Amino acid sequence: MPSLIDLRRRIRAVKSTQQITKAMKMIAASRLRKSQERIVNARPYANETLRVLQNLASRTDPDAHPLLAVREERAALVVIITADKGLCGSFNTNIIKAAGQEILAGGGRRVALALIGRKAREFFGRRGFPIVYERSHFFQHLAFDDAAAIAAVAIEEYCEGRADAVYLVYNEFKSVLQQRVVTEKLLPIERRSVDEAGPSARVDYLYEPDAATLFGQLLPAYVRTEVWRALLESAAAENAARMTAMDAATKNATEMIDGLTLYMNKVRQAGITNEIIEVVSGAEAL
Amino acid sequence: MPLPPRLVLEVVTPDHAVVREEVDEVQLPGVAGYLGILPGHTPLLTSLRVGQLWYRQGAEKRYLAIAFGFAEVQPDRVRLLAQVAERAEEIDVARAEERRRRAETAVQAARSGSADIDLERARISLLKSIVRIQVAAKAKLRG
Repeated sequence: MPSLIDLRRRIRAVKSTQQITKAMKMIAASRLRKSQERIVNARPYANETLRVLQNLASRTDPDAHPLLAVREERAALVVIITADKGLCGSFNTNIIKAAGQEILAGGGRRVALALIGRKAREFFGRRGFPIVYERSHFFQHLAFDDAAAIAAVAIEEYCEGRADAVYLVYNEFKSVLQQRVVTEKLLPIERRSVDEAGPSARVDYLYEPDAATLFGQLLPAYVRTEVWRALLESAAAENAARMTAMDAATKNATEMIDGLTLYMNKVRQAGITNEIIEVVSGAEAL
Repeated sequence: MPLPPRLVLEVVTPDHAVVREEVDEVQLPGVAGYLGILPGHTPLLTSLRVGQLWYRQGAEKRYLAIAFGFAEVQPDRVRLLAQVAERAEEIDVARAEERRRRAETAVQAARSGSADIDLERARISLLKSIVRIQVAAKAKLRG
């Protein structure tokens, strides 16, 4: 039977761990609020960009643009967005698993990686894949320029022919309790998303400069926006995952403390009973 | 077709929606020059450059600093997808001045070819800061 002092020490240790998990939960919750707001604010821009793009696609020859050209997939670039830190449940594991599947899929194609977030670098950094881009520790203050830089790399790799397709693997923020791992084809831009023209496409527009030039400017803008959205989704999902994980950890700690306290009381009582028996039997012996 | 009485102006950036208001008139910086837009304008799609945008509600004019992006005009609606859009009231003049000074030296350095600086980028950042200062000045004039 463990001694009372050991049990007390144990309870104290669990309590201090609980304080940490509780604090981490609070921090994640407050960051989640911020990042959730950002993703909600970013959605109108993303939606509008896609709408304008579709509108234009119906009046230009989309085949003319290199970003729409579908080639046989012999080399692919996979952009993996993870978190910088752990302690957020299966957030990073899920992404790494999905990314691994994407890397292995498609038979004998060559795969290069772009790693966003420290966890991605730690896992994939030393596995012999060529790394074309690497960035971490910036989820706290995401700026659109960060997305633009990633998009620029993706576009360059694609246009130079070093990659025939670019994939984006990230966690989507569905709700506070749910994150979904998404593997998305970033390039070539799928005709499906371009062709679904809305009702406004029937109106005849004036274009300044001409439609083809505008289209050429809009496609990269669309890629940047998609990367931006993925970054924001991932940041929000990370905070949500951490909040849930830390909430569960805090609850588990409470349970553990309750159990230990009960056990400790039993041990204490057993000790007292023992002492009484000793006193009584001692008195009887007289 | 009757003319719509007013325009709905929407300005969104990657970060947030900046403006969503009913207005009487808008002027925006298109690539080919400034465009004045009144209700009933013919549908138009243009890309934007660095410049100022103003919109009028009754007699009141408001100013924004704009940089790059696209604008879509419909008879009753103007939508801007801008890289940067800042309301005049929100501009920090001291910071803009500071940025302008830095950009000026960068442009000079790039022109003389002494430093490894992209002239185009330096020029754009100079232009942005100048527009910011102008827009902020307009806001002060009014207030």
